[in-house]
Amino acid sequence: MAIFINKQTKVLVQGMTGSEGTKHTARMIKYGTNIVGGVTPGKGGQSVEIEGKTLPVFNTVAEAVAATGANASVVFVPPKFAKAAVMDAIAAALPLCVVITEGIPVHDSAAFYAHAVAKGTTRLIGPNCPGLISPGLSNIGIIPGDITGPGRIGLVSKSGTLTYQMMYELRDFGFSTAVGIGGDPIIGTTHIDCLKAFQDDPDTDAIVMIGEIGGDAEERAAAFISEYVTKPVVGYVAGFTAPEGKTMGHAGAIVSGSSGTAEGKKVALEAAGVKVGKTPSETAALMRALLKG
Amino acid sequence: MDLFEYQARDLFEEHNIPVLAGAVASTPEAAEAAAAKMGGKVVVKAQVKVGGRGKAGGVKLAQDAKDAREKAEEILGMDIKGHTVHQVMIAQAAPIAEEYYMAILLDRANRNFLVMASVAGGMEIEEVAHTQPEKLARVGIDPNVGISQEKALEIVRAGQFPADITKDVADVLLKLWAAFVAEDATLMEINPLVKTEGGRIVALDGKVTLDDNASFRHPNHEALIDHASANPLEAAAKEKNLNYVKLDGEVGIIGNGAGLVMSTLDVVAYAGEKYGVKPANFLDIGGGASAQVMADGLSIILGDPDVRSVFVNVFGGITACDAVANGIVQALEMLGSKATKPIVVRLDGNNVIEGRKILKDAAHPLVQQLDTMDGAAAKAAELAAK
Repeated sequence: MAIFINKQTKVLVQGMTGSEGTKHTARMIKYGTNIVGGVTPGKGGQSVEIEGKTLPVFNTVAEAVAATGANASVVFVPPKFAKAAVMDAIAAALPLCVVITEGIPVHDSAAFYAHAVAKGTTRLIGPNCPGLISPGLSNIGIIPGDITGPGRIGLVSKSGTLTYQMMYELRDFGFSTAVGIGGDPIIGTTHIDCLKAFQDDPDTDAIVMIGEIGGDAEERAAAFISEYVTKPVVGYVAGFTAPEGKTMGHAGAIVSGSSGTAEGKKVALEAAGVKVGKTPSETAALMRALLKG
Repeated sequence: MDLFEYQARDLFEEHNIPVLAGAVASTPEAAEAAAAKMGGKVVVKAQVKVGGRGKAGGVKLAQDAKDAREKAEEILGMDIKGHTVHQVMIAQAAPIAEEYYMAILLDRANRNFLVMASVAGGMEIEEVAHTQPEKLARVGIDPNVGISQEKALEIVRAGQFPADITKDVADVLLKLWAAFVAEDATLMEINPLVKTEGGRIVALDGKVTLDDNASFRHPNHEALIDHASANPLEAAAKEKNLNYVKLDGEVGIIGNGAGLVMSTLDVVAYAGEKYGVKPANFLDIGGGASAQVMADGLSIILGDPDVRSVFVNVFGGITACDAVANGIVQALEMLGSKATKPIVVRLDGNNVIEGRKILKDAAHPLVQQLDTMDGAAAKAAELAAK
């Protein structure tokens, strides 16, 4: 089953003709992702050859959907043009839009997020995220496909490379779906959305949740777990030793004042019955112990 | 990017938000000249990006230009919570009748923007929110709708402002919103917003944070960057487009991806407890790093005199491990005899076999490889202790 994406997901690549777009389209096709075409305004009508596949290019998402039956897109468009690309996907009522682009102005993200909510037909993942993978079924974004295979753990994380690290630590178990939700201040799909989807997914037995300092998403996720999630959850929060008031890369990962600290998040998660590891390896060990019963 | 008070004041003025006369000075002479030009009493205010400067003695009333010079002399060079005062703002002193509060900010929890307005200004707004929540209007703003005249009036009434100034305060709010949008801000706060004895509504002090991601559409924001107080290593890193933060430990850290690097800081800090060492920096070489980026990063860290060992922790995704390994080898060639510190490398992920082989074949005497993140962190901490 997996969550959000599976073998049937038909994927458009927005920005496919750019260098990043082309590179990752090739990777996704190799993995087995069902890529059905690309969208680049002004290049509609052309077609490109990637990994032995001839892919049509369209001017708009709506045209691409009409021609290919696509039900998802992945966005590799540079920050300047990302808002227009995401608005295009929302206008076409595309069910899923995964925004990989890093460095999108937050006023732009706020605008496309509000538009997606108002319209109610598109799930956004990201921006500034690695995408998601349902091992063996579909891989949308930039997560390396060869870390591990299918299994029954669900993973949700703000951070890309920590997602890879955790998949690697638990590679002998495998994953139903791993979702990198992104570290920006405004993101489309949250920890809570993924926790709910994993709880409702019959093919997921346990959940790993990775957070990092800044904001209160983990605290809210903890409250949600108390009230909704019955499957076991193991957590990890990066940034225990980060000094206050310093931005550490992700626009979201900033500690200011008492809220948003790793310790505060750990306490909130533990109060919700989540076992929280101090390091990625310790977190993996907690999950391992849990699954071996 | 956080702005200094005087920069916020100037930005407000550009957007027609009412402010008092103000000028920035970096010497007592310049402070005197600015005060003389303004005439009358002035306030001399330390320009630091940290709260509590009033309590620290960084804000002083001066009777005239000569007094302003003396007050500036006292304040310039002062240390306020680790921030050295390089500049003062000379602000016109105004008789204040009442103090209010107004702010627009990014609301991460609700994923929109939030306006806060309150008749109860001049104190910590957190305290107002706590003790007199009825006096603080908190209204979410849909970015695609914005704030209409009616909405502004509604917010100001909810903040319990007196009826006779409702229209003037709403006018300030509309201008603040226009500025917030036009400048791609994530925070614009006026605290206090005051009514002078003459009945004018004026922004007396402001805090502004601008979104760095939006700098491509604001070439003028470049001039607002504070080069003077930036750490030289941070400045050098910024020039190379590296995401680097100087910390106060001994183990240099390089990794790919903000989350993994933060996690690396934690693992090194735990491992370092035994040896009395801590991470010396945060450095994220990013998702698509090339050999050159790795080389740039490594040379910045090896240039930090506090660093005694370096831990390179990479999980190859987009950045393949062979590129990272080549970067390390190239950096060491470039640095030659200037590289004197041991480097512990842990590579996993995309092209890990090739990456590990490149480092093994190069057999550089300073470089050693470990298989796990925990093991490598322990080794780097141990080497920093010596």
